[in-house]
Amino acid sequence: MTTVLETRGLCKKFGGITATDNVTFKLPAGARHALIGPNGAGKTTFVNQLSGVLLPTSGSIFLNGQDVTEWTVRARSRAGLARTFQINQLFADLTPLQSIIIAINERENAARSWFLPFGTRKDLVAEAVELAESLNLGDVLDERVGSLAYGKQRLLEIAIALAAKPTVLLLDEPAAGVPESERDQILNVVAALPASVSLVLIEHDMDLVFRFAKTISVLVNGALFVEGTAEEIAKDPRVRQVYLGEEEISHG
Amino acid sequence: MSAVTSENLRPIGTPSEQLVAAARWRWFEFLFWGIAILCGLSMFAPMLGFNVPIIPSKMMLMSEILILGLLALSIDLCLGYAGLVTLGQGAFFGIGAYTAGLLAKHGAGVAPLSDPILGLLAAGLVAGFVGFATSFLVLRGSDLTRLMVTLGVALIVEELVNKLKDITGGSDGLQGVMSSPILGIWEFDLFGKTAFWYTLIVVFVCFWFCRRLVNSSYGYSLRAIKGNALRARAIGVPVNARLIQVYTLAAAIAGIAGGLLAQTTQFASPDMVAFHRSADSLLMVIFGGAGYLYGGLIGSVVFRIMQDFLSNITPQYWLFWVGVVLVLLVLFVRNGIIGLLSAAVSRSKGAGK
Repeated sequence: MTTVLETRGLCKKFGGITATDNVTFKLPAGARHALIGPNGAGKTTFVNQLSGVLLPTSGSIFLNGQDVTEWTVRARSRAGLARTFQINQLFADLTPLQSIIIAINERENAARSWFLPFGTRKDLVAEAVELAESLNLGDVLDERVGSLAYGKQRLLEIAIALAAKPTVLLLDEPAAGVPESERDQILNVVAALPASVSLVLIEHDMDLVFRFAKTISVLVNGALFVEGTAEEIAKDPRVRQVYLGEEEISHG
Repeated sequence: MSAVTSENLRPIGTPSEQLVAAARWRWFEFLFWGIAILCGLSMFAPMLGFNVPIIPSKMMLMSEILILGLLALSIDLCLGYAGLVTLGQGAFFGIGAYTAGLLAKHGAGVAPLSDPILGLLAAGLVAGFVGFATSFLVLRGSDLTRLMVTLGVALIVEELVNKLKDITGGSDGLQGVMSSPILGIWEFDLFGKTAFWYTLIVVFVCFWFCRRLVNSSYGYSLRAIKGNALRARAIGVPVNARLIQVYTLAAAIAGIAGGLLAQTTQFASPDMVAFHRSADSLLMVIFGGAGYLYGGLIGSVVFRIMQDFLSNITPQYWLFWVGVVLVLLVLFVRNGIIGLLSAAVSRSKGAGK
């Protein structure tokens, strides 16, 4: 199977702290991969390097076979890498429909058009409506994003990322902070994502991880601790000790 | 009222038609420009035997209000749409004023060079170029850094104007500016009648251009940057390039506004680059409301009339009252005068249903 996303010897140091410690990782096409680890394991730092928000101290990143280590966030996005954010990063004063169209416009190079009114391209608007509806946002298309329910905002996070038609999608804790009643909606949406998109899910919620992921990497203190299929990880006593065990203690 | 469901309240048409409809001209826009034209037409009232006491003698003041409105509009483009705060727009205004003034002074008699329209284009180009050259500075840092950087650029330009006496005339201002007839046809007159129509047309053209821009796909990508630059980058918006473009454009428009003032008053002085220009015009945008395009235009009307009115009553302390109004507006109204009006309109609509 072809590898869509790969890191080789990735390191990130903040002063004396090693947040990412020599991570070598491969993501095959069509993957349903979860990245887990205790608090402070460096999951978000890792994602920030993949998406280009942070530059690694050393090591390299490959996207679809191309070395993108030095690429900007925008260049990676245009090369097919999309992400959602752990803390909502949305356009509060716009509507969900407008937000999605803006993302589609960039993908189609339609955002350079400065003369015709926004929304003139019927095909792009129709695509945005369809995408929004497929993510349960059909009933709030014209509301102000800032006043949407939190669960809807989390769905919009995913919708905006999908609008770029990515080949790789990094989901940074999509269900974080979502009330129990709305959680299922997010799980269903994530489960229904097209197979053409390779997924990396960063998540604390073990329900979501084991329901969704076929393969799992465990990150501890910035380093890859163990990798394997979901069953292997669930059974692995070391993982229980560093991660699941700790969870039990903290909940117990 | 209870019969009206949210479904019924949604505008009719496909989503695409609804989005495009948002860019359509509204009644209050026709009203605004209609009033501006009426103000101009009032100059003919005495000829027809009517006596309109105030307006005909205030042609120059009305032109100035429009010009300040255009300067404020250029700030609104940065602040209200791309989220770029700037305290240095006066620099571009002044550069435009001196460019047009110098062209009119030295080009007088040389037919194509001295044409006011060409002078405005030159004013826009030179100011736009300086804007482009300094735009890289505003990409750095946070809002506060930007405020300081733009202020710094304005102070440098102000000092340059004062020091380069041989070119600018220093603190005496640029003397001997003679505006040639527009397109060789329309002479500027003492009462500022030609100047008013000329200003109104130029301001409207610039406004129309900005209006197309902010309602286009490009304009919405600017709103995305204002809303969340991190996210805008992540969906592929070239944030830095767009900010450079809009800052350059705003500088060019400010330059055109400055050029207009120099041409219509036949004078350019260090006062036109002074810090208070930048500060006043930012105040006008905040008075009127940022992010509507009309905010700067309405803000300039209110600000200038208030200035005229208050300085008649209390020549020394009028700024005190400007301050009071500003504090009250910021405390109690979210989006300036337009915000106040639109809230009132939506309330009365809600009550009517």
